Amino acid sequence: MRLLKKQVLLRFINSYVVDSPQPANISYLWNFGSLLATCLGLQILTGIFLAMHYIPNVDLAFTSVEHIMRDVNNGWAVRYTHANVASFFFIFVYAHIARGLYYGSYKSPRVLVWAIGVIILVVMMATAFLGYVLPYGQMSLWGATVITNLLSAIPFFGQDLVELIWGGYSWNNATLNRFFSLHYLLPFLLAALAIAHLILLHTHGSNNPNGIGSTTDRYSMHPYFTFKDLVTIFLFFLVLSIIVFYYPNLMGHSDNYIPANPMQTPASIVPEWYLLPFYAILRSIPNKLLGVIAMFGSLLILLILPLTDVSRIRGSTFRPFMKLAFWFFVVDFIILTWIGSQHPNTPFVEIGQIATAFYFLWFLVIVPVLGLAENTLMDIATE
Amino acid sequence: MLSRLPAGALKNVSSTLGARSTVAANVARNGLRVRHASTKSSASSAFESFLNSRATLAGATVAAVGSVAWYAHLYGSLPFIGEVHANSPAEEGLHSPSYPWSHKGLLDTFDHASIRRGYQVYREVCAACHSLDRIAWRNMVGVSHTADEAKAMAEEVEYEDGPNDQGEMFQRPGKLADYMPPPYPNEEAARAGNGGALPPDLSLIVKARHGGPDYIYALLTGYCDPPAGFEIRDGMNYNPYFPGNAISMARVLFDGLVEYDDGTPATTSQMAKDVVTFLNWASEPEHDERKKIGLKAVILFSALTAISLYVKRHKWSYIKSRKIVYTPPTDLKKH
Repeated sequence: MRLLKKQVLLRFINSYVVDSPQPANISYLWNFGSLLATCLGLQILTGIFLAMHYIPNVDLAFTSVEHIMRDVNNGWAVRYTHANVASFFFIFVYAHIARGLYYGSYKSPRVLVWAIGVIILVVMMATAFLGYVLPYGQMSLWGATVITNLLSAIPFFGQDLVELIWGGYSWNNATLNRFFSLHYLLPFLLAALAIAHLILLHTHGSNNPNGIGSTTDRYSMHPYFTFKDLVTIFLFFLVLSIIVFYYPNLMGHSDNYIPANPMQTPASIVPEWYLLPFYAILRSIPNKLLGVIAMFGSLLILLILPLTDVSRIRGSTFRPFMKLAFWFFVVDFIILTWIGSQHPNTPFVEIGQIATAFYFLWFLVIVPVLGLAENTLMDIATE
Repeated sequence: MLSRLPAGALKNVSSTLGARSTVAANVARNGLRVRHASTKSSASSAFESFLNSRATLAGATVAAVGSVAWYAHLYGSLPFIGEVHANSPAEEGLHSPSYPWSHKGLLDTFDHASIRRGYQVYREVCAACHSLDRIAWRNMVGVSHTADEAKAMAEEVEYEDGPNDQGEMFQRPGKLADYMPPPYPNEEAARAGNGGALPPDLSLIVKARHGGPDYIYALLTGYCDPPAGFEIRDGMNYNPYFPGNAISMARVLFDGLVEYDDGTPATTSQMAKDVVTFLNWASEPEHDERKKIGLKAVILFSALTAISLYVKRHKWSYIKSRKIVYTPPTDLKKH
């Protein structure tokens, strides 16, 4: 017997990425998993090299980043890669989630895979937020101030919690230091969660575009899906190279090249683009505490999909109205992204409120009503 | 892309789901037949097939999207919603035009003669108020000046060093490793010298402003008289490109202000172009190398993408060309 199948550790690898049977009909939309793993690997690798030169100190952080950009050999390439892969990480994770939404990958028996995925999303956002603080430009400081201050909305102990996180009565050096420490820690937690995600997926295997069982038609991971994954990985590297080498600051904010100044508030404080939809939801609710609850709720509401999607058919392939509802949800998400980048004035506030209402209604009303209607119609049709 | 199943898939699924009774399948089949019949019996069948054709669909979509794009191109705003502005142009500043920078293209490098002229403008004009903290003399070697020139320029500046054996600080001429001297010893001195306003450090100015080099150029050359009715405070200057339109910095570039070594006529726009090119280099000293490596990366990864596509097709060829045969059970009663 081959060593690959005999040795304990190699056998584990073999069962996950070599012999693992995959549905023959999964499309390229199933490639985002391997792309996300590539992103995590790239981020950990570039991050380790950046940490060798970065100084987590309020007076030196910005200068140390500029030192990386100007004096460290190819430091600019490492830092631009790290900053832009963060953006691609979110593009891919949103696409991965959208794929799951469209094809009903959250439905039984993959509920736990989906739940772990939502936790991964939340941890990823926390990691990205912590990382954005580290270069310590104006947006780093003020974005972090706004987000950490949100927790003060929690009744009774909110202010104490914020001071605990800050390690002082205001934003200070200890805060930046612990943010660096946590930013280094969380990616490894992410890696562990990703492995848990994989182990749970492995129990029942991947979903597929038809939404029906695929046990009769599967092919091994290697060579079919490893080479298929490789296509999109190289394509990703190509697009990433174009961004890193030709438009490195496309997805960043120019204010973050101004050193952090606690005495001067920027004209508008916006988070990184991938957090904008949730920032829009936060600002759409006039009450601070309810806004914070809505923001975290907008992520956690993904968890109730296995309950609210009552349709007997998995996925949208054979559900035309669910397809329409899905694309409405995608458009709503894009509108929220746009609203999050605008000043909170008329008409943006009103558009944001409507989009926020639609976001929650989609999970709580549209999806269950569509499922109920379809089930009823099918019962009538089959007498 | 989302599913390669034919239109009849829904019908097939409904027949599988309703396997217990053939009612659903019959309904679906009848429905299809009815639609075909109505299409054929129509008097204006040519018109209907025109309406139902994919080319018509694509044409109508292109016309709709294209007219929106054309409108946006002509008038600079989207139709119907273009008038909605939560932020006035005065608040955000006029959007700067797009200038044809010599380093703008994907394969373009900086115009290094322009960087050299731009340094002269910075040194003779901007450096009176603005620091350039992150640029050392050594950075200019091989970019705009020779090593000897840079050394000579550094030596003209006295730097404090020490302490020496006696524990005293002393002045010495600059070295290549020294950074550009700031015009003011600290922020308070800079504010005191500029009516309370702080002239920003210019090392990252091109990356730190929305619009980058276009914005800096537009700002430097955009000074004009305020429009009627625009109140401007004493000591402030009107500039349509600056957010809020009132800027502490006065117009500094006038024709013939500097005399270029290479004989280029020093017009306002020439000096603005040169100094912005210099500042762009100061913000992105890796720029030329970055684009060169970028092309190498594009060559490498586009080749790898192409090869991986071929390999994928090769590996999948027998799956893609397989034949699936369904033999229906001959004896339905046993089934």
